[in-house]
Amino acid sequence: MPQREEEHLAGQQASRITYTLESSLDSVNKVEETAEQMAKKAGVDEDELFKITMAVREAAVNAVLHGNSYDPEKRITASFENTGESLVIRISDQGKGIDPANLPDPLAPENLLRGSGRGIFLIRSFMDEVHFKQLHPGTELTLIKHLGTTPSGS
Amino acid sequence: MSMKITTRQVDGVTILDLSGRITLGEGSVLLRDAVRDLLAKGSKHILLNLGDVNYIDSSGIGELVSAYTTARNQGGELKLLNLTKKVHDLLQITKLYTVFDVKDDEASAIASFTRS
Repeated sequence: MPQREEEHLAGQQASRITYTLESSLDSVNKVEETAEQMAKKAGVDEDELFKITMAVREAAVNAVLHGNSYDPEKRITASFENTGESLVIRISDQGKGIDPANLPDPLAPENLLRGSGRGIFLIRSFMDEVHFKQLHPGTELTLIKHLGTTPSGS
Repeated sequence: MSMKITTRQVDGVTILDLSGRITLGEGSVLLRDAVRDLLAKGSKHILLNLGDVNYIDSSGIGELVSAYTTARNQGGELKLLNLTKKVHDLLQITKLYTVFDVKDDEASAIASFTRS
């Protein structure tokens, strides 16, 4: 039972969609699909589409799995905005929060064979900007892809 | 689309033909169970054919690594066959491409396993 809000920002072509979702894999898929639709609509190429979709999926997985630990009482929020210049995706959870400065480097030889710990690295690799914000409680990740060099699709 | 696995035996090598998505949840669990079952049954030469895998997330990448280390720790070998460009690129940026033994020809992949 996702809650959906759609805002058309006055005087601009930009619009923002926000979902509040349960901490489940279905929610991860919903967030991924929404990002894919948004990026397609923005006219990004296949390669960028994959990167954006994957980064957003990883952020949603982090929120559901590491943030909220699948807690049925907790929600994730995902908002999607095309400002005309950038795609801005914000994903927040209600978990303990993370310290992005203290994440193990997945490329370090001692971590290379670990079975996890690559999500944030992939998000940073695939997006132009990634911002972490501590909530009380939880974490908000803002993922930004600049549209400057890609066709607008119009 | 979820993942499917079919299993073949060729010259003492078990080939798992994977298709679909290897992602958190179903795909990752299927792969983990399939590799564990094979090792438990004594099949130590495992070739993962990823030619029809169109999507993999960090959980799926982690599962490939775990499958590789689990096989190795049990005296087996696990190799990868037919990477799509997306999977190839992901293994490159995560520096795993040189960890895995990656093949692009099935016959030579089968021949490359160590026979005792």
